[in-house]
Amino acid sequence: MASDLVHLYMRIDHLPQMWCPGCGNGVIMRDVAVAIQELIEDPELDFNREDFVIVSGIGCSSRAAGYLDFNSIHTTHGRAIAFATGIKFANPKLHVVVLTGDGDCSAIGGNHLIHAARRNMGLTVIAFNNDIYGMTGGQYSPTTPNGDKATTAPYGNVDRPFDIANLATGAGASFAARGDIYHARETIDIIKQAILHKGFSLVDVYSVCPTYYGRKNKKGDAVEMLKWQKEHLVPTARYYSMPESERADKKLIGILSYNDYPEYTDEYAKVIESCRKKDKK
Amino acid sequence: MAGRKKLVIEESWCKGCGICAAFCPKQVLEIQKEKVSVIHPEQCIACGFCELRCPDYAIYLVNVEE
Ligand SMILES: Cc1ncc(C[n+]2csc(CCOP(=O)(O)OP(=O)(O)O)c2C)c(N)n1
Repeated sequence: MASDLVHLYMRIDHLPQMWCPGCGNGVIMRDVAVAIQELIEDPELDFNREDFVIVSGIGCSSRAAGYLDFNSIHTTHGRAIAFATGIKFANPKLHVVVLTGDGDCSAIGGNHLIHAARRNMGLTVIAFNNDIYGMTGGQYSPTTPNGDKATTAPYGNVDRPFDIANLATGAGASFAARGDIYHARETIDIIKQAILHKGFSLVDVYSVCPTYYGRKNKKGDAVEMLKWQKEHLVPTARYYSMPESERADKKLIGILSYNDYPEYTDEYAKVIESCRKKDKK
Repeated sequence: MAGRKKLVIEESWCKGCGICAAFCPKQVLEIQKEKVSVIHPEQCIACGFCELRCPDYAIYLVNVEE
């Protein structure tokens, strides 16, 4: 037996999913399904299920494209945004949602991320950010915090980490936001905003990997890791009502940057239109 | 259990991570032998937090016919 949501929007014959106990990926995948369901069911909006395309790369998190029952494509490591760009270009009316890992989108796929952001391609990128390469056994990723341990950083990570939402903003993304596992309801709303946004949108969702990152760094089990999120990640309204001194060790959950830049496929369509007019003359 | 909704558990999907039990505001749930069980059904306020954060979709609320 399963909930209506699961029956409607997941490939139930592929469930139960194969992620580890307490892995945050299942929560983010559900957030995405609920966000899309609420958009489709909103009578004020005109979203159709057939217009959604889910694109993923490679990694534990990227398996979500196989579980979600939409038009979906599971591509190669780091290239999800490149495939998504092609899909959007071929049919700009589609809502192309990329599900990717921190390694997939900020290590091997980092270049695709920054250029899709710079061009303002109308994609929605949901980063399942668990601070580690989960699938290959816990190597450090570009988001592993400085000093933390990984199988490839047994004495602590020397690198400084990327903040994926800030990276996207710096590259020109017109919408960048942060979500997490604990604040699932807030994260669903953020994902809805991201999908509604016409240009490039990125949501960096802080996940938890109790198996590799948690265990290696003595962060406790999934429950302990969620308690950490509850205490350190703060939704927008509460964050801004906190005294500055209390914000020092906290991060905001919400929309971090927003701009109304022209969307890429719209601009491209204008070029096509103007060339057609010239041809006719 | 409150009003029009009740909890359903799909035990074969539960991996016993304990997230639902830890964040249930009414201590309705407990992990026993690596599976979730409803120990205080009468205290459930149908808030849905368990369903919201269950990574395995193993616990959810359904509407009960009146
Ligand atoms: C071209 C290529 N290089 C390397 C790999 C090996 N590989 C598979 S998944 C992965 C990293 C996954 O990490 P992340 O994107 O953070 O996803 P997670 O598994 O943590 O969800 C790597 C390096 C690959 N499949 N293809």
